Amino acid sequence: MQYLKPASFEEAVAMAGEAHGDVRFLAGGTDLLVRMRMGRVPDVLIDLKHIPGARDIVCEGGGWRIGVAVPGAELTEHAGLRADWPGVVEAIGLIGSTQVQGRATPVGNLMNASPAADSVPALIAAGAEVEVLGPKGARRVAVGDIPTGPGQTSLAQGEVISALYLPPRGAHGGDAYQRFIPRTEMDIAVVGCAVSLSRDGDVITEARVALGAMAPTALMVEEAAAALEGTTLGGEALAALGEAASAAGEPIDDKRGTAKFRRHVAGVLARRVALVAYERAGGAK
Amino acid sequence: MSMVHVSARVNGDAVEFLCDSRETLLDVLRDRLALTGAKEGCGTGDCGACSVIFNGRLVASCLVLGAEAEGAEIETVEGMADGEKLHPLQQKIIEHAALQCGICTPGILIAARALLAKNPDPNEKEIRYWLAGNLCRCTGYDKIIRAIQDAAAEMREEA
Ligand code: FES
Ligand code: FES
Repeated sequence: MQYLKPASFEEAVAMAGEAHGDVRFLAGGTDLLVRMRMGRVPDVLIDLKHIPGARDIVCEGGGWRIGVAVPGAELTEHAGLRADWPGVVEAIGLIGSTQVQGRATPVGNLMNASPAADSVPALIAAGAEVEVLGPKGARRVAVGDIPTGPGQTSLAQGEVISALYLPPRGAHGGDAYQRFIPRTEMDIAVVGCAVSLSRDGDVITEARVALGAMAPTALMVEEAAAALEGTTLGGEALAALGEAASAAGEPIDDKRGTAKFRRHVAGVLARRVALVAYERAGGAK
Repeated sequence: MSMVHVSARVNGDAVEFLCDSRETLLDVLRDRLALTGAKEGCGTGDCGACSVIFNGRLVASCLVLGAEAEGAEIETVEGMADGEKLHPLQQKIIEHAALQCGICTPGILIAARALLAKNPDPNEKEIRYWLAGNLCRCTGYDKIIRAIQDAAAEMREEA
C-alpha cells in the first residue's frame, strides 16, 4: 500500500487520478482501519489531514465550514457550533467511544454510508452540504444526495469531499437528534431521528425531519415536516408527526430490531426529538 | 512493500522509525519501539486496551497508522510514572485492587488521565461514559470508578 500526503485537495484529486487499483482517502480512519484489518487493504491511501484548512472550523457568512479532518471531539467542544447546531453536534458526539471521537469525522461517517450513521440524519435535517472536488472541478452537493445505498455513495472515482458546510442557523431555530439503541453507549442506531425547525413566536414556520436506519440511506421525510409546519406542536401535530415518521421508509428485520419495531420507534423518537428542537428554537439550551 | 520513515515524540522523547505503510501505531509502539504497555485486545477500536494520547487527544492506537504519526506527540502508559514514583491513578488502581488480569489497565489509566486533565472532578456517570470504550472482562468496573475518583481527589489536593 502506498501512503500519500497531498498538500492540497487539487493534488489529492491528481494523485487519485494517477493511481492504479483501489484508492482510498483517509481522514479519521476509524472505519477504514477496521476494513484494512479485515484484509481489504487499498493499493493507495491518500491522507487528507495535512491539507491546509482540513483541520479548521470556520464561521463563514453566518454558517460554518468544517474541515474534513476535524474529529468529533473537537466539534463537540466547539461553543459556536454547539450554540448554532446542537442537534448536529449531539449526533456526532454519539458516534463510538471517547477514543473513536478523538479521530472520527462527520464526513467519514457520511462516506462510510451506513444507513444507521448517526450524524447523517442530523446533517440532512440541518440542510448541510459538502463540496465535492474532482477532475472536472468542484460542486456543492446536499448531504442527503451523497449516500446511495449501504456502503455506496454518489461520488465518482477520483472525487473527494473537501469540506462540510452548515448553513446559517437564523433566529429562533433549533435542532435535535436522538437514536434508539438497546444499551446506553457504544452501539449502532436501531432507528435515529433528527428534527430542525424555526419558530415565529410559538408557531413552527419551517421544519425538516430526517430518519436513519429506516431505509438503505438516511431519509428526509417531507410528510413529517409538513405535520409540524404552521402548528404550535400541540397534541394533534405530534400525533401526525409520529404517524408520518412511522410510515416512512422501508425498514428491514435484522438482528437489531424488526421492521415493525423500527416503525414504532421512529414515531416515538420523532415526537421526542421535535419537542427538544422546539424548546431549543424557543431559546432553551 | 512500501516503508515509511517517521519522526515523532513518545513520552517527550524523540523517536524515529521505519514502518510498513499498513502497520498500526499500536504495532509500531509494541514491535518497533518496545513499548508494550498499550495492549491489543481487539484491533478494531472496540476495547480501548490500546489507548494512547495522540496530539492531546485520547485515541485507540489500533485505529491510527504508524505512518500517520509523523510529527506527532504521543503519550503512553510508560510515561505516567515519575521514575519509581507511580502516578496517583496507578497507585489508586493498585490500592483499590481495580485490576485482575491487567490487560485493560494501561488503556484505563491513560483514558482516565485524559479525563482528569479535562475534568478534575468527574462524577461516576461522567467516568462511566468516558470509559465506555474501555472494556474490562475482570473487575466489573466498580473498583476502577472508585480508584479514579480517589486519585482525582488526591490530585485536586496536590494541585
Ligand atoms: S486493541 Fe485497539 S481498541 Fe481494542
Ligand atoms: S483487569 Fe482483566 S480486563 Fe480488566
